[in-house]
Amino acid sequence: MKVVVCIGSSCHIKGSRQVVENLQKLIADENLGDKVELGGTFCMGRCQQSVCVTVDGNFFSVSPDTVKEFFEKEIKAKV
Amino acid sequence: MRKFDTKVQHLKYKVLREVARQAWNDTLYDNLYEIPKMIVPGKIPTMRCCVYKERAILEERVKIAMGGDKSNPNIIEVIDIACDECPAAGYDVTDSCRGCLAHRCEDACKKDAITFDHNYVAHIDKTKCVECGMCAKVCPYSAITNRKRPCQNACKVKAISINEDNAAKIDDEKCIQCGACVYQCPFGAISDKSYILDVVKMLKSEDNGKEYKTYAIVAPSISSQFKYAKLGQVITGLKALGFHTVIEVALGADMVAQKESAELAEKGFLTSSCCPAFVKYVKQAFPDMAKHISHNLSPMAMLAKYIKDTDTKAKVVFIGPCTAKKAELQLDTVKPYVDSVLTFEELQALFDSKDLEIETMEEGVLDNASYFGRIFARSGGLTDAVAQGIKEQNLDIEFKPCICDGIEECKIALIKKSKDMLDANFIEGMACVGGCIGGAGCLTHGPKTKSDVDKYGEEAMEKSILDAISMLK
Repeated sequence: MKVVVCIGSSCHIKGSRQVVENLQKLIADENLGDKVELGGTFCMGRCQQSVCVTVDGNFFSVSPDTVKEFFEKEIKAKV
Repeated sequence: MRKFDTKVQHLKYKVLREVARQAWNDTLYDNLYEIPKMIVPGKIPTMRCCVYKERAILEERVKIAMGGDKSNPNIIEVIDIACDECPAAGYDVTDSCRGCLAHRCEDACKKDAITFDHNYVAHIDKTKCVECGMCAKVCPYSAITNRKRPCQNACKVKAISINEDNAAKIDDEKCIQCGACVYQCPFGAISDKSYILDVVKMLKSEDNGKEYKTYAIVAPSISSQFKYAKLGQVITGLKALGFHTVIEVALGADMVAQKESAELAEKGFLTSSCCPAFVKYVKQAFPDMAKHISHNLSPMAMLAKYIKDTDTKAKVVFIGPCTAKKAELQLDTVKPYVDSVLTFEELQALFDSKDLEIETMEEGVLDNASYFGRIFARSGGLTDAVAQGIKEQNLDIEFKPCICDGIEECKIALIKKSKDMLDANFIEGMACVGGCIGGAGCLTHGPKTKSDVDKYGEEAMEKSILDAISMLK
């Protein structure tokens, strides 16, 4: 599974660093390191929303507050 | 507010703007010969002896705006017919000499080159004079002037000589592409070649991002430029030109600071690798010191490499204050990552070629780097960042930096180090005085540029290098 988080300026201001760090931690805690590849990109062109994330190409809008819920539902449950 | 320091820059800008405008419209080759006339219409000259000479020189400027002489790898080029063949007599005593008693000039001259006539007026023996300038410095009447060409004066690596036609000539081996002569020549007879057409083509061919995406990466010194608008408006303007997104090279600087501090701790002595003109200078003038040059890519190349790792089809355009970056682009180690380089001057021309009034646009955002990455733009910034990198990584090394801006300072430090007379383990070398904010490709240079850089640094969301780069892993 490939998870890509936008680290462009807009998403950075909305907390992409916290999203990335939380995902890194959650992935490590659940021992999913070999199944989930976490990467960054600059700008997905949807700067109006929260932090832009894709999971195998599918788009999600995530904030530092919703990252845990997002992880459970879209990553842990589907991997 | 003034957009440029000098009228020479303004003229160069007008040519670039017109070339880019025609290129956007696919009419460049139809109107190529008309461009000089568009810039100098009518019959009354304003710069030279006649409009025909003005237009002949403009033809040469158009060529340089289109990439210049492809057979000459140096990105700095002399426009022979624009060179005014300034007098190059060296130090001369003018009629301000009053034939005083003190004769400080005589005492200051270590070469016994000063003699006096029956009116006690000083004369300089050219066969003895080594042009050290001491006599001029001590004369209370400022009666001794240096009739050196501004280009030769500006060139601290002594790459400029005078050819058989009395025009300036560049020694391409010695030239480090710092652009000092470009900025200093009062006739605009030396110019940096432009890649503006490559960038227009890149932006036109991307088919709204379907073919590939073009990333603008902007040097941290941008915080001291485009002062008639807000930085956020410059970002919106870049996107209006067709760039997919804009990223701070300061993020690449954060990456460099992290690695450079680790490399320093490992090797014990380093000279910096951020400034391509300084790197080239070390290689050509102090080849024995070349092994000490940091092996890190520059912030530009470091960030571009990261972008291409995340997007294999990305095209990356660096936009900055620097002419030497255009030469760095040609290096085999950089070529795979950076597709083109523009100066701030050229970006202004690009905005206006599309009639974009950035000062009326909404403000976009730019926030990728830490305070430390952002202050790379000014002298001492890299050193502060390396010190921070050492602290953040708890590295075991006593940091003894030597900060040099301007080639003359770099030269002194390198001479001392090569003779083991410099008590420092890190030389920060920047070819331009003041650091990148003094770069030849800046629109304006002013007393506030350094404080602008620091202020912008303080606005960064991330306060430490590790925080800024933590998400890159």
